[in-house]
Amino acid sequence: MIQRTPFANALTYGVMIFGFLLLIGPFIVILAGASQTFQQVNAIPFSFVPQDRLFENMGAAWSRANLGTAMLNSFVMASLVTVGKVALSALTAFAIVFFRTPLKGFFFWMVFITLMLPLEVRVVPTYAVAADLFQPVRLLISTVTGLEVSVDWNLLNSYAGLTLPLIATATGTFLYRQFYLTLPDELAEAARMDGSGAIRFFIDMLLPLSRTNMLALTTIMFVYGWNQYLWPLLMVTDPQYKTTMMSLVALLPADNGTPDWNVTLAGSLIIMLPPLIVVAVLQRWFVRGLVATEK
Amino acid sequence: MADITIRAVRKSYGKNPTLHGIDLAFASGEFVVILGPSGCGKSTLLRMIAGLEEITSGEIAINGKVVNRLEPRERGCAMVFQNYALYPHMTVAGNIGYALKVAGVPKAERLRRIEETAKIVGLSDYLDRKPAALSGGQRQRVAMARAIIREPNVFLFDEPLSNLDAKLRVTMRAEIRKLHQRLSATSIFVTHDQVEAMTLADKLVVMNKGVVEQVGQPLDIYHRPASIFVASFIGSPAMNLFDAAVDVDNACLTFGGTKMPIDRGLATRLGARQITVGIRPEQCAVAPEGVSLKVDFIEELGSGRVIHSELNGYPFAASVDEHTRVRPGDRITLELPLAHLHLFDRETGRRIEIDLAPRAIRSSASQPTLQAV
Repeated sequence: MIQRTPFANALTYGVMIFGFLLLIGPFIVILAGASQTFQQVNAIPFSFVPQDRLFENMGAAWSRANLGTAMLNSFVMASLVTVGKVALSALTAFAIVFFRTPLKGFFFWMVFITLMLPLEVRVVPTYAVAADLFQPVRLLISTVTGLEVSVDWNLLNSYAGLTLPLIATATGTFLYRQFYLTLPDELAEAARMDGSGAIRFFIDMLLPLSRTNMLALTTIMFVYGWNQYLWPLLMVTDPQYKTTMMSLVALLPADNGTPDWNVTLAGSLIIMLPPLIVVAVLQRWFVRGLVATEK
Repeated sequence: MADITIRAVRKSYGKNPTLHGIDLAFASGEFVVILGPSGCGKSTLLRMIAGLEEITSGEIAINGKVVNRLEPRERGCAMVFQNYALYPHMTVAGNIGYALKVAGVPKAERLRRIEETAKIVGLSDYLDRKPAALSGGQRQRVAMARAIIREPNVFLFDEPLSNLDAKLRVTMRAEIRKLHQRLSATSIFVTHDQVEAMTLADKLVVMNKGVVEQVGQPLDIYHRPASIFVASFIGSPAMNLFDAAVDVDNACLTFGGTKMPIDRGLATRLGARQITVGIRPEQCAVAPEGVSLKVDFIEELGSGRVIHSELNGYPFAASVDEHTRVRPGDRITLELPLAHLHLFDRETGRRIEIDLAPRAIRSSASQPTLQAV
C-alpha cells in the first residue's frame, strides 16, 4: 500500500513519532533522573531536563551495588555465552548441512523444536542437572552394584554453571544452517578436489564466509547473555559470582530509606551501557548478516 | 598422464538407476568428450571418476589402480566446475594456490607456481582481485588455473563453457584445446553441446539415458552414427529422420508416396521391415529429380541457408548455398543420394550396416561440413 497524500503522510509520521517516543521515553527518564540531585528527582512534576550530577550519582551507584565485580561477572558470562553459542551453532549447522547421514533431518528438527522451549520453560530440570551432574552415573553404579557412591559434583556458583546451560541455541543453529544452504555444493566439492578435509574446509571457507553472520549472532547473543536474570539468580548464591541484573535489586532504595532514585537510575544506566556499546559497534554487520550474505 | 578404465559401472540413487553399466577405456593423454542430453548421467559419471559420487557397483581404475575407495585428493584428478566454484573470499592468487596451501607447499614455492600458472592462463595482472571483480571469462580462467597448478594426471571438465556467452565460448574452447596440447594430461570433458564435442574430442562418447550409445572418433560418429539417438544428436542442423518401409518385391524404400529404388540384392538382405531413414541436411542437393517438397521457412546463416520443410509428416531440413534462389512457399526438388542415407532398425533404434550405393557414387559425393552454431 503505497499512497502519497498529505493526510496519509501526516498519519504515518504521527504513528512513527508516537512509536519513537514510546521507545525513547524510558531512556529519557533514566538520563534525566540519573543526572539530577535527590531533591530534583523527587520533585513533582518530574523534570525531563538533564542536570549536571550524572557522574556523582554513577559513583554512588557503583559503590552501593558493588558494580565492579558484578560488571566483570556479567561481562565474562555474556562473553562466554556468546562465544560458546556462536561456536556451537556454527559447528552444529556444519554437521547438519554438509554431512550425509540418515538422521540428519531428525537432528535438525530436534534442535529446531527447542526454539519453542526457552530456558524459562525447562528451568527446573536444567537446574536439577546443573546442581547434581553426577546423578546419572551414581544411579548407574547403584543399580549395577548396589553401592551408594557419594560424589558431589555440581555447577553452582561457577562460571561454567552460569554459561553452559545457556549455550545450546536453536536460533543460532538455524541462522547458520540457512547461511550454509545458500552456499553452492560445488564450493565444498572444489575444496575436496583441492585436497581439503572437512575441518580444513570449515576453517578456510565457512568461517571467513560467515563473518557477517557471525557478527550478527554475536550481537544478539551478547545482549541475550547480558540480560539473563532468572538463571544467574538460581545458580549463584555466592556474592562473588553476582551479575549486574542481580545487583539491580541492591540499587533500589530500601523500603523505609531515602528514596534516592537518582542513584538507582544512574546504576541502571551503567548496566545498560555494555550491550549498547556492542550493538552500536556491530549494528552495521548485524543488519547485513540478517538481510544478506556476502557473495 | 594416466589411462582410465571404467568397468561395468552402475549408479543408483535409492531405487532409481541412473547409470546402467558403463564400460569405457581412455588412453593416456587423450581428450575425451562425453556428450549427451541433460539427465543422461554424463555428469554423474564424471563425478564418479573425480570421487565426488560413490560408485554403486563396478570399478574405476586410474593408471591400473582401482580408485573406488580413494578420496578425491588421492586420485590425482583436478576438476573445473560449471559454475567455477571459486572461493569468493579469496583473491585470485589465493584461489589458484589453495590446493598447494592445503598440501603444505612452502610459501615461496607456492607464490612462484601461482605466478607461473597465472601466466599460462593470462591472469598475471589480476592476482590480487577477488572473484566478484572478474568477468565470466576470467573466472573461467581462474577455475582452470586452479586445476592446472596441481599438475594433475587427469583433468575433468563439467560443462565448463555453458555459462559463457557464445563468442567467449569459442575462444575458451580453443584455449582449452591448446592447453591440452601443452599439458597433455588425460582430459575428460562433459558437455551437451555437440559442436563443442566435435571440435574438442580425440574420442567422443555419446551417452543417453544412462547408457553409452557410441564411442569413437568424432568424424566416425558423424559419418556412421550407431543409433537413431546419435544420428539425431550429432550434427547441426540435425539429421533428417523419417520412417520408411522396405519393399522387397519392387526393390525399393517407400515413404509417403515416394518409392526410392535400391539394389535388389540389398533389398533382399534388408528384408521386409520397418526402418528409419536418415540423411544430413548438407547432403540433400537441389536437383532436377528427387523428392518434391514445399518450403516452409528459410534460415539464413550467411555462408548458406537452411530450408525447412516437411517430408511425409516429418520435419525435413536441407542446407543449400547462398546462391540458391528459393522463397517460402516454393516447391523444390531435392535429391537424396543413396550413398548418404543412414538406415536404422525402427524397433531397436540401431544402425543397419549396409552400403546402399556403389563405391563410384560415394567418392563423387561432396564432403560433409560442420555448421557453426
